[in-house]
Amino acid sequence: MWNGDYSFVLSNLVKKDFKVRYRNMSLGVLWSVLNPLVTMGALAFVFTIIFPSSAHPHMAVFLLCGLVPFNFFAMAWNTGTGSLMDNYSIMKRVTVPRELFPVATVLGNCVHMLIQIGILFAFTLGSGLGVNRHWIWLPYVWFMEIVFVCGLAMATSAINVYIRDTRYVVESVNTIMFYFVPIFYSYDRVPPQIQDIVHYNPLAAMILALRNILWSGIAPGWPLIGKLTLCSLLTLGAGFLLFRRLKAGFFDHM
Amino acid sequence: MAVIEFQNVTKCFSRSGGSKLLRVFLQERLQKRHQDVFCALKDVSFRVEEGESLAVIGANGAGKSTLLSLVAGLTRPNEGRMEVNGKVAALLELGTGFHPDLTGEENVYLNASILGLSRKRTAECYNAIVDFSGIGDFIYQPIRTYSSGMVMRLAFAVAIHVEPDILIIDEVLAVGDQSFQAKCFERICELKRAGKTLLFVSHVPEMVKQLCDHSIWLEHGRVKAAGPPEEVLAAYGATG
Repeated sequence: MWNGDYSFVLSNLVKKDFKVRYRNMSLGVLWSVLNPLVTMGALAFVFTIIFPSSAHPHMAVFLLCGLVPFNFFAMAWNTGTGSLMDNYSIMKRVTVPRELFPVATVLGNCVHMLIQIGILFAFTLGSGLGVNRHWIWLPYVWFMEIVFVCGLAMATSAINVYIRDTRYVVESVNTIMFYFVPIFYSYDRVPPQIQDIVHYNPLAAMILALRNILWSGIAPGWPLIGKLTLCSLLTLGAGFLLFRRLKAGFFDHM
Repeated sequence: MAVIEFQNVTKCFSRSGGSKLLRVFLQERLQKRHQDVFCALKDVSFRVEEGESLAVIGANGAGKSTLLSLVAGLTRPNEGRMEVNGKVAALLELGTGFHPDLTGEENVYLNASILGLSRKRTAECYNAIVDFSGIGDFIYQPIRTYSSGMVMRLAFAVAIHVEPDILIIDEVLAVGDQSFQAKCFERICELKRAGKTLLFVSHVPEMVKQLCDHSIWLEHGRVKAAGPPEEVLAAYGATG
């Protein structure tokens, strides 16, 4: 029944999130820069001074390859889960397609991610690791992560309308996820039996792909890319279908 | 062909508000307890033909907003049949999506897009919207600096530029000073003259009599009376 302009609403919602977040902060966009730097600094300190056996060459790049995708993943999934309830007042009054809310939230987080990718590149080039031909995979890999998070956000935002605890469950999962993806340890440390399973987690696959491309300078590898693509697309499909299914009851349950 | 048709429509809500915490959700599943329901509309039937305007009157809690939500397509009836033919614009609230930290201009674009206006049309109407609202240079300030009257005027200015076949208005006309109210009323009359269909909730008898061809009186979710506005208003007023 709503036949408005999808892209217009989407761009307005994304701009709103961005402006609202930064307009009232004195340091503004700088916070997006400080956050990964501080975390990386702390991790680098712990894993070179306190656990020296865990040190890697070009530690900053090694850590940022994990931190940047993880920050985006956690923020986007957290805010995406709450996106429908946060827009409760709009949903109660206008028939704007509900899918736009989680998608707009995820895309809004992409803007912050771009800033952090800039930092990642700065450190990569600064460490002397240079650009190589495998960098061509980077846009594809990032795109798959966005697809993956959109799928998750659609699913959990819909469930969150019915069961309000979902937000907190997702936050807890993200906290634990920090340890279960190879951010501050290398993939070789994962026991062989689990190694394959880790690949099926698109976030882990993506971090490994980034590390291969930027830190090691090698190709991400087909099994990795294949699993990343497959799981991301499946998640998007499942999330979308679940959302469609639950959509009808949103109004009555808010 | 009727543009809006309700046949024996019933709409109920779960009394617990529907929002579940995990433990309540599990409790209800395990104990198989019958959920308390509250029926906002019971067996409601009416028709609105193209170009007609219908007033819906009733006390608070009678089910008027639920009826409008149904026509706006926000939810479906539990029982009965509902048919709505045509593009609907529902002004159930002014300034949907308005955020206090955004400027008037940014809020106009956001609100317009939410109400279904395209990018192109919003750009075309932008100046007309700002003029109609009478906000002036404040349009570049965040709306938390506005008075509530200014916010409402801006919101109405956007809403009035949506071009629907069916316009639903829920008690939102009582904003602004006399001259602004008159401007709004005139715009709504224009839409009516242009042959648009109107569904109108108001407690102001004069507006109901002036704008509407038919009226229904809702009480506790049921249609208590239906007919020309004067009759229905008289019956409603008689209950004191």
